[in-house]
Amino acid sequence: MQYLTSEEVRALERKANIIRQSVIEMLTEAGSGHTAGPLGMADILTLLYFGILKHDPENPDWDERDRLVLSNGHTCPVLYAALAHAGYFSVDELLTLRKFGSRLQGHPHRGTLPGIETSSGPLGSGLSQAVGMALAERMDNPYSSKFFYCITGDGELNEGQIWEALMLAGKEQLSNLIVIVDRNGIQIDGYTKNIMPLEPLAEKFEAFNFDVQEVDGHNIRSLNDAIGKAQAVYSQPSIIIAHTIASKGVDVFERDFRWHGNPPGKGPEDRVEKNKQAEVALRKLRTLAGTIEAQDIS
Amino acid sequence: MFAHHLQPNLSIETVEKTPTRVGYGEGLLEAGKRDSQVVALCCDLTESTRTNDFAEAFPERFVQVGIAEQNMASVASGMAAMGKIPFIASYAMFSPGRNWEQIRTTIAYNNSNVKIVGAHAGVSVGPDGATHQAIEDMAIMRAIPNMIVIAPADVHEARKVTLAAAKHDGPIYFRLGRSGTPVVTTPESPFEIGKAQRMYSRDEAHEQKVGIVVTGSLLFNALMAAQELNQAGIGASVLHMPTIKPLDSEALEAFAHEHGALVTVEEHQIIGGLGSAVAEHLSEVHPTKIARIGVRDMFGQSGEPEELVVHYGMDIPSIVAAAHKVLN
Repeated sequence: MQYLTSEEVRALERKANIIRQSVIEMLTEAGSGHTAGPLGMADILTLLYFGILKHDPENPDWDERDRLVLSNGHTCPVLYAALAHAGYFSVDELLTLRKFGSRLQGHPHRGTLPGIETSSGPLGSGLSQAVGMALAERMDNPYSSKFFYCITGDGELNEGQIWEALMLAGKEQLSNLIVIVDRNGIQIDGYTKNIMPLEPLAEKFEAFNFDVQEVDGHNIRSLNDAIGKAQAVYSQPSIIIAHTIASKGVDVFERDFRWHGNPPGKGPEDRVEKNKQAEVALRKLRTLAGTIEAQDIS
Repeated sequence: MFAHHLQPNLSIETVEKTPTRVGYGEGLLEAGKRDSQVVALCCDLTESTRTNDFAEAFPERFVQVGIAEQNMASVASGMAAMGKIPFIASYAMFSPGRNWEQIRTTIAYNNSNVKIVGAHAGVSVGPDGATHQAIEDMAIMRAIPNMIVIAPADVHEARKVTLAAAKHDGPIYFRLGRSGTPVVTTPESPFEIGKAQRMYSRDEAHEQKVGIVVTGSLLFNALMAAQELNQAGIGASVLHMPTIKPLDSEALEAFAHEHGALVTVEEHQIIGGLGSAVAEHLSEVHPTKIARIGVRDMFGQSGEPEELVVHYGMDIPSIVAAAHKVLN
């Protein structure tokens, strides 16, 4: 496990903030897309791309790289932003999101954009693919040091295919598989506890033979520790339930399921009117007037 | 006249019958021996789909996924992303029937090197009834970009299709039958993905001409119908199109030009399969009168394979009658 110094944690928190700003700019320019998930997952993606993954932006197909599968493909703005800031392509290109001819498709397409491990969007199938990748790697090299990370949404756990994949991963004892659940408590139609209750979630995963941890998905150090522990788990796959706040960083958007599938400029108006949503969000992030506490980042 | 490479003395009385899935089992084992990247996945139907010989020979390259076809398709896509050549087998009703979207997104849209093997296709599944008789599988696979769709005619061709699929880089769907399918071809008969084969050539002395275009398990019926038509003074030929996508358009156009009228034959709905593919293509380039043999927008039912083939109008007399109809 890689220990992070206080300076490193602060640098990652600042990077996550920059990535959140990119997410707001991209979505505003696109005029459509998902806001709540990408903002909520920014800390996780930042830690992965700038602290955890073995990867090489100069050589995206490097065979020895770790793999990250974004199963909840609709949150791709934060993946695209992390990839661009990591150097896979120019940050300017982020503003082509969802436009005709862009490499930044509305949902990720493998082969179009460097760094994308698979096409995703239809929920539930990314985890199966990560399981397949982990299985194939173990066939070739049982002592491989590659890890296979898969991020899923919590609403996505409604899909039956997720549980098919969990069953197989548990059966095969895929210790090279690390699943991170973005547990933000919302999905399109409302709160997950109303749409389709998931709890007791940790116990469910344990029953599928997973090692389960629960962490604050905005605490870089806790996340880093949890991933380090997951890497060390022997003969079991791992799941980290990352408790996140939907739209984290822009307090006037936070925890509101109506921000699931709307970009700034098209979200609910009861707190900020539409034509000010992008500007307010960026100001909140730049001045840290959102709910990212001063001690998180100072 | 029968193509020279077919079984000698083909007749209803003497033809041997072997399930095409046997050819898959042999081909898969052979492909596994030739290339260590070949892996096989199955959904609790290992023996039934004839994946068992491979599973016994290469247990470390076989994944028992359990009864979970959606997972199987996407797991295979992940394995292909790591360089494997996965063959995924279940009953066609469940794969590609149940897992169509996973096949579309994670296999075809990714252009993953996955081979989808749909066993128990067609009404000749027999007593299991309509729930297990896949007669829409080619239609749903044909509509997906990047996907190749093949219906092998018999056990020998199924083996060749399996070996060719292992060598081809990209997604392929092919279907297999449960019950004994007449053995028409030989190990020496040619097979190439995307190529049609002339299996019977008309007697050129006859003035009236009709072309029979067939795919998969009904090749024998088409050949017998052609023989009968020629004996009755109608110059019938048979073009076998094991690959219905991509369609061998060159061979098809030449065949349509030569014969003027066609009968298409498939053990599948007439909607979306070979008949549709032929009609769609020819209506754009060379409008041709076509009669389609296949299931006519109905579900199957329980029964013996042969009686179902008769009931749904895919037997030899039905093909002969369709030829007469299309000529009048």
